[in-house]
Amino acid sequence: MARYESLLDACGGTPLVGLPRLSPTVPEGAPAVRLWAKLEDRNPTGSIKDRPALFMVREAEESGHLHPGDTILEPTSGNTGIALAMVAKLRGYRIVCVMPENVSAERVQLLRMYGAEIIFSPAAGGSNQAVATAKQIAAEHPDWKMLFQYGNPANARAHYETTGPELLHDLPTITHFVAGLGTTGTLMGTGRFLKEKVDGIQIIAAEPRYGELVYGLRNIDEGYVPELYDATVLDRRFSVGTRDAVLRTRQLVEVEGIFAGFSSGAILHAALAVAHEAVKAGRRADVAFVIADGGWKYLSTGAYGGTLNDAEEALEGQLWA
Amino acid sequence: MAIEVRVPTILRSYTGGAKIVEGAGETLSALIDDLDAKHNGFKGRLITPEGGLHKFVNIYVNDEDVRFLGALEAKLSDGDSVTILPAVAGGALGFAAAAAILGR
Repeated sequence: MARYESLLDACGGTPLVGLPRLSPTVPEGAPAVRLWAKLEDRNPTGSIKDRPALFMVREAEESGHLHPGDTILEPTSGNTGIALAMVAKLRGYRIVCVMPENVSAERVQLLRMYGAEIIFSPAAGGSNQAVATAKQIAAEHPDWKMLFQYGNPANARAHYETTGPELLHDLPTITHFVAGLGTTGTLMGTGRFLKEKVDGIQIIAAEPRYGELVYGLRNIDEGYVPELYDATVLDRRFSVGTRDAVLRTRQLVEVEGIFAGFSSGAILHAALAVAHEAVKAGRRADVAFVIADGGWKYLSTGAYGGTLNDAEEALEGQLWA
Repeated sequence: MAIEVRVPTILRSYTGGAKIVEGAGETLSALIDDLDAKHNGFKGRLITPEGGLHKFVNIYVNDEDVRFLGALEAKLSDGDSVTILPAVAGGALGFAAAAAILGR
């Protein structure tokens, strides 16, 4: 289908493309091991987050949490903020995004273009300051509504009802599904659906391992596991460092012509690990993985060119996924 | 049998500031005991009083989460690389701000 009543109706239904050059070579006569990329950058605002944004807003409307003209408050500069801004515009809501003032210029421009209002928290205060600013804003505006993607079941449901069925339809022989672990919505929703339908399917998480600066600020007792996370849905979980994520992101565009963000490189890294294990074991494998977004928003990091050391340095201290 | 262990900034007070330490053990549990003998108090930050892995600690053997490899009973071999990290959500800043607003 290629005709839709509105942009919101065009959410999902993304292409699944084979990666013949990145798929490992198998010995003659051995069963095939193939990699498949689900191009989520083909969604209306260019990321997989359009699916949960649309489902969370619809669910909030149906449950009476959101009313026409309401203000949505979203503390993020990422893809969810951009997706929610688009949905809010088309459904008639005002959206306010809270973010530290040191986020990249393209993020701010994108959000403003989609109609979001932005409240900056001072960069110098880091995450503590952002939290304090967010608290203050919420206290001043108790009527503003937040959707809280980390604990909102409609986030996972978006993938249970759309991403999962699309994958099964396009690749009935699927043996592995690999996606990034952030809010955990993609893996929980898609994973649950596929586990119900496909015997023996493996659900694999690729988790970004950032530079030291990011963890330096974290205290173990103040850690966080999203409310949506259910470890029983996963079979394996890989931690992918910045260097491997950048290397794979570059291979995606150099070898297969897919220009993606760094989280997709991390996902490919885990997908290749399971694909190579299948080759070693002489098992057939159809490994589907997610391209979460395109590379456009990350060009200003400079991490697409130069040496891997340069790229690693450029991304040090950044939440690149 | 030498296993390389990467220590997060927050736990380096136990290792004299060392980022990477060496340990030994045939399982993760044995490795942590060995590390605790060399760096007193280390174990208490990773293991709960009930004997399980702390909820907000992630440990990876060769980049794979040990919770899917048998947790504390995960088997280790010479030359393995173990990484310890605090649990951080993707877009952690957004989460922290959102959680603050919701009072969680």
